[in-house]
Amino acid sequence: MSITITMPALSPTMTEGKLAKWFVKIGDAVSPGDVIAEIETDKATMEVEALDDGIITALNVAEGAEGIAVGTVIAALDGEDDDAPESPPEAKAPPPPATKEAPPQPAPQPTPSVAVEYDGEVAPLTIREALRDAMAEEMRRDDRVFLMGEEVAEYQGAYKVSQGLLDEFGAKRVIDTPITEMGFTGLGVGAAFAELRPIIEFMTFNFAMQAIDQIINSAAKTLYMSGGQMGCPIVFRGPNGAAARVGAQHSQCYASWYAHCPGLKVVAPWSAADAKGLLKSAIRDPNPVIFLENEVLYGQSFDVPTDPDWLVPIGKANILRTGSDVTITAFSIMVGKAMQAAEQLAEQGISAEVIDLRSLRPLDMETIIASVQKTNRFVSCEEGFPFAGIGAELSAQVLEAAFDWLDAPPVRVAGADVPMPYAANLEALALPQVETIITAVHEVTYQKGGE
Amino acid sequence: MAKPPKKSPKKPAAKSATKKAKKSIKRVPGRPPKNAAIARPDTDAMLGLYEEMLLIRRFEEKAGQLYGMGMIGGFCHLYIGQEAIVVGMQSIAKEGDSVITSYRDHGHMLACGMSADGVMAELTGRRDGYSKGKGGSMHMFSRDKNFYGGHGIVAAQVPIGLGLAFAHQYKEDGGVALTYFGDGAINQGQVYESFNMAALWNLPLVFIIENNQYGMGTSVSRAAAGRALADRGKAYGIPGMQVDGMNVLTVREAGAEAMAYCRAGKGPYILEMQTYRYRGHSMSDPAKYRTREEVDAMRKQRDPIDTLRELLASEGVENDKIKTIDAEVKAVVSKAADFAQASPEPDPAELWTDILIEGRAS
Repeated sequence: MSITITMPALSPTMTEGKLAKWFVKIGDAVSPGDVIAEIETDKATMEVEALDDGIITALNVAEGAEGIAVGTVIAALDGEDDDAPESPPEAKAPPPPATKEAPPQPAPQPTPSVAVEYDGEVAPLTIREALRDAMAEEMRRDDRVFLMGEEVAEYQGAYKVSQGLLDEFGAKRVIDTPITEMGFTGLGVGAAFAELRPIIEFMTFNFAMQAIDQIINSAAKTLYMSGGQMGCPIVFRGPNGAAARVGAQHSQCYASWYAHCPGLKVVAPWSAADAKGLLKSAIRDPNPVIFLENEVLYGQSFDVPTDPDWLVPIGKANILRTGSDVTITAFSIMVGKAMQAAEQLAEQGISAEVIDLRSLRPLDMETIIASVQKTNRFVSCEEGFPFAGIGAELSAQVLEAAFDWLDAPPVRVAGADVPMPYAANLEALALPQVETIITAVHEVTYQKGGE
Repeated sequence: MAKPPKKSPKKPAAKSATKKAKKSIKRVPGRPPKNAAIARPDTDAMLGLYEEMLLIRRFEEKAGQLYGMGMIGGFCHLYIGQEAIVVGMQSIAKEGDSVITSYRDHGHMLACGMSADGVMAELTGRRDGYSKGKGGSMHMFSRDKNFYGGHGIVAAQVPIGLGLAFAHQYKEDGGVALTYFGDGAINQGQVYESFNMAALWNLPLVFIIENNQYGMGTSVSRAAAGRALADRGKAYGIPGMQVDGMNVLTVREAGAEAMAYCRAGKGPYILEMQTYRYRGHSMSDPAKYRTREEVDAMRKQRDPIDTLRELLASEGVENDKIKTIDAEVKAVVSKAADFAQASPEPDPAELWTDILIEGRAS
């Protein structure tokens, strides 16, 4: 009987990979555990092992082929038909995720979100590369800048964001720590007090909860408590928000937690250009900056300015799409969804203005209010919990500053107010989708079919 | 009941420990190490130590009075009884070494050379205080004096001290980070995270445990398993020493050894200073957890200032000289108290300053 072998998923967010090498050829006999191929993703290289006894009958993918989607049949073998298993062998391959919306594909369309003032050269980069370039450029520029965190050096970054930095800057400036969040966060704060410029990477912001006392009580408050003497120039960065299928403890948006506290700046870019320009600004900033990335976005490509002196100012929102009927704000991964929603709304004759907040603190309320005064309707989007979330703050400020301009109450699009479930269908329900945004816009524009 | 520090703690049942590990723990309760890394100070230097300890004592007594009068608010943790530790350690620190401590910090600031006026004015919440009145007793800093606070969360200063040591190593400036914390902090997880990284990377860091026998109202024996806190770095290979923290000369000798070890690039060192606080944990402490007799016995038999005064007298220093110092210190403190009460409250506009540094990207 024929058994198919499919492209395996090597991580929760992997959607495709490269078949780097075949270790078998047609006609070879394999046994469970034999390495048959090597798969590369943007994060890792892994070996694929045979799960069954049999003879290889087909290799469907050429060695070196890239962009092979998870679940694609890559090989087949003729199984030794001893006693036929009851379940089809294909069931051994991981089923494709049942989410309505497969985690964002590596975007085929490079999205121009470069500030209008820039008319220099651009190059397509993934967000992962843009972040790496930002750190590398700033480390070249300033000897005081160093990167510290778990697996940032020899492993090249848990998500490969710091790839190549150890080679260029050495172990003095690219430092692997033990798994000790509170300790290395406090270390970073002390080093910043002593006028170094630490970049502290959290493998994800979920783990920063172990260290949040150092971030809030030590990093954010000391300037004030010292009457302005003790600045803390530090960047805390890492992936924030839901990844994919990693459950409640690894899927949470901390934007409102940090934005709540005076003494911190909080940024959450969506595009690779903003990721680079904002990270460079964050590293140069004399204050503690929380830099919220998104794992699902790391592999997406955008055009990015190549000029190493090009920065994106912290505290400035970006109007990505102008419109006249409704103002939609979003940050990080929700920006992509808001743009898709705006596209579909345009087909329905609704003109949406989409604002990428980029910075959550300081928050560019001026841009938002001006937009709401034009469109008279407001929808905020975030992936985090709705209660006391970013949308709650935005809605309150819009009501305070533009009450007389509003034609409808603001609507908040947010994650479901539940710990993140694991099951694929429940996870999809917990996360706001493009349709959720469209429904919210229908609500504020009093369109039928909004429910 | 806490054991008075005079008694040497029982040897831990460490028979199973390896010889090497045993060797890294030196135990010299009440006695200076055999090969002291520093010479005994001459009479003038000893008078200096006396003056500094007395300044802290009188300053804290005055702070207690002002607190009672309602001039100082909030929490106020006095250092009375522990003066020998910070005075001894800072007397041998070098220019450029950095210092960080907990909220029981007034003595550390004075020993780092910060002005009594500025510290007292911060206690009264006035604009001439070190933090313009915005920090208070537990949150004062001086970049000039390399004093990095003043931290209100128990043990949070320890990883920050680790960062100061990291910066000394990174800049290759030869400095040592003197990180003070109490016996209460020693049970916090972040202390061990710091031990681990300090040892892993050979950071120049002296962990100074001020074991005053009580973490708030809980005696060390009710809070800490094992015996000597100096042993707590054993698993990380960090040498530890128990020191009579009531004797400024002993403190100096132990401190000199620890600092020399750090400066030689050998990594961190732990000093467990056996000491005692005469006053409550903070001003609002009813002190029901220990007897009056215990406190009195300590004051009478072990007081660091009396001990040094007696030593000076035995070495022929005239009483007049001591009395002159007493009067000078009293004048400094009384001037600080006047200054702290005369300084105006912060301008209301100060509420909104120093939250972020504006427009100074580098």
